[in-house]
Amino acid sequence: MKIHEYQARDLLQSYGIPVPPGRAIESVDDAAAAYKEVTERGGTMLAVVKAQVHAGGRGKAGFVRLVQSAQDAADAARFMLSNRMKSPQTPPEGLEVKRLLVAAGVEIADRSGAALRSGGRAAGPETGATKEEFYLAITTDRRTRRNVLIASREGGVEIEQVAHDRPEAILKEPLHPLLGLQPHQARRVAFALGFTGKQVFQAAQVMLNLARLYVEKDCTLAEINPLVLTAGATGGAVVAIDAKFNFDDNGLVRHPELEAMADPNEENPAEARAKRFGLSYIALDGNIGCLVNGAGLAMATMDIIKLHGGEPANFLDVGGSASEEAVTEAFSIILSDSRVKGIMVNIFGGIMKCDIIAQGIVNAAAKIGFRVPLVVRLEGTNVEAGRRLLESARSTLPTLQAATDLGDAAKKVCDAVAAG
Amino acid sequence: MAILIDKSTKVICQGITGAFGAQHTRGCFLYGTDLVGGVTPGKGGQKFEIDAGSSVPIFDTVERAVRETGATATMIFVPPVLAADAVLEAMDAGINVICCITEGVPVQDMIKVRAVLDAMGRSALRADSEMSARSADLPVLIGPNCPGVITPGAKTGGGERSGDPYTSASRGGGGCKIGIMPGYIHTHVSQSRLGRAVGIVSRSGTLTYEAVWQTSRLGLGQSTCVGIGGDPVRGLNHIDCLRLFDADPETHGILMIGEIGGSDEIEAAEFVKKHVKKPVAAFIAGRTAPPGRRMGHAGAIIGGADDTADAKIKALRASGVTVAMSPADMGTAMVKALG
Repeated sequence: MKIHEYQARDLLQSYGIPVPPGRAIESVDDAAAAYKEVTERGGTMLAVVKAQVHAGGRGKAGFVRLVQSAQDAADAARFMLSNRMKSPQTPPEGLEVKRLLVAAGVEIADRSGAALRSGGRAAGPETGATKEEFYLAITTDRRTRRNVLIASREGGVEIEQVAHDRPEAILKEPLHPLLGLQPHQARRVAFALGFTGKQVFQAAQVMLNLARLYVEKDCTLAEINPLVLTAGATGGAVVAIDAKFNFDDNGLVRHPELEAMADPNEENPAEARAKRFGLSYIALDGNIGCLVNGAGLAMATMDIIKLHGGEPANFLDVGGSASEEAVTEAFSIILSDSRVKGIMVNIFGGIMKCDIIAQGIVNAAAKIGFRVPLVVRLEGTNVEAGRRLLESARSTLPTLQAATDLGDAAKKVCDAVAAG
Repeated sequence: MAILIDKSTKVICQGITGAFGAQHTRGCFLYGTDLVGGVTPGKGGQKFEIDAGSSVPIFDTVERAVRETGATATMIFVPPVLAADAVLEAMDAGINVICCITEGVPVQDMIKVRAVLDAMGRSALRADSEMSARSADLPVLIGPNCPGVITPGAKTGGGERSGDPYTSASRGGGGCKIGIMPGYIHTHVSQSRLGRAVGIVSRSGTLTYEAVWQTSRLGLGQSTCVGIGGDPVRGLNHIDCLRLFDADPETHGILMIGEIGGSDEIEAAEFVKKHVKKPVAAFIAGRTAPPGRRMGHAGAIIGGADDTADAKIKALRASGVTVAMSPADMGTAMVKALG
């Protein structure tokens, strides 16, 4: 699960990580007041108005604007709330923006030799970055089975590019699996990033708090980009300007406060509908609908359809505990995609029983009806009962073909769709 | 011999009174597993009915269950947020083979559990000054989010009633199934047409069944099949199973099923090249899965370039592994590798 930037700011603050003053608004009328409030609290004329959508590419699309007056703020808000945001990461028709963040601008300290001397463990060569902007993130490294703190002196930019071009500019510090990040580790990273004086301890505290947040809230990604050192009247503070969080869906059950942050507008409607029934569904571009149990077998089913010259229309894992209703719903989701010209059902029952799937097929035939070729391959738990059910309902399933094995099923569905 | 478990392994189920726990306790018992009891806190002293002819005792704690039954293996069916504690309880009680079927365990829980397991392993290795695999009395975790582990026995019965299990030691068979896999798809080497047995290790549940079924239909038996689970942090991985299979005299070849994501199969490929003497075949699922759904920038930095299906296939081939390109050819790839 992901959350919006304004929610991420609240989360950071609740863990004692400083962020610039900010306010979320939903209407143009609130823009001017929000501007006045955050700029007064921030002691600046400068503010930033940002669209609250999960998709990236906001800046280039004009949905992040620096403003210097209440009027500017209102204009920016009007633009963002009345236009759809389009970027390479959004659907072609763009996204409707329903909420904005208005945050006080921050003057970032210049990166100069005087202000910052490189520590003994400097993060690589000087790179020409002119502002004190840093990258800070925690994620889980499955290879070492540890949570890892990732830091760089080159914040505010495409960090993936930095990692690719100059891996030495990226610092990694593993969190102890039972004890978490230790203060000496955080200090070591802070020194290596070039912090000096009291800012070493401020930066280290941000890292320690972020690490605690990461573990306690079951994150899979906690990213601050950039973390900055401020200049000007309120200078010398270490502040998080933007943050991004992903959470482990499996952990949400113990964090109702996070679950409440989920934005239904950000979910693909078909995927959200599937999720309500315990199904895992991802829409793809092809025309052969797939219904499979188990993620590995579902991927393998997509692979074999491609090998036979077909194109899968979706990934759909019904899981192990789906009910008849869920299976019927799964067919209704697959058939709601008008591009689907054939369906391949591939079930190897273990925890899932073949007769449940068969009953779901029979119910779907009664409820929706199958007009496209339906190739069914059943094996495993209760397979005989499943086959009997389908056989006895044959008259309601005119397009049904039974397959003897995986290869046979893929061939039959691809042939049927090709024959169109 | 097989690996990890055999017909003499005594098994309990943690979460025996839940819907899935009950269903699969019954399934394992009817297969012929020496299933000796179960644990549900608060229901100790009650009986769990397999059918009219048989029942097993329920205990409040794993410790009590081990003391009274001599169990050395467990299968865990408790809810996801309770799974870490269930694994730790089993370790605490001295269980050797801990099979966690539960799906949806939070990753942060598994990081802690795995750290505790690793710490036990390291201290024991230091004490024994052994360089090789885990010593026999160290706990092995399989899963979570896995189908379990099975050492098939020769079919000697119907497997419908407690008095007539699928495989029975007293009738000349005897195997051990710990988990949710359908038993009938497996073949004991004594009943296989080719008279050879392969070990199967897989990250995916149902794809494992597919592989088992194909090898059975092609005339092979299976020594042991291990579903290691698809979660990012888990117990046994491919390498552990490759090592065990390679050392097992009853295993003639190894079939490894992997998928996209993570670097396990790359490490397994290196391990095969350096250490494995037996023929190995493999399939990697997800060659056509669209990229995406990745975990932001930090995930990409950590992930590296090794986690695609093509990178894994290439590494496996370079190590002399016979790789099936179609999931329908996993069995034939194994037969081909056996020569």
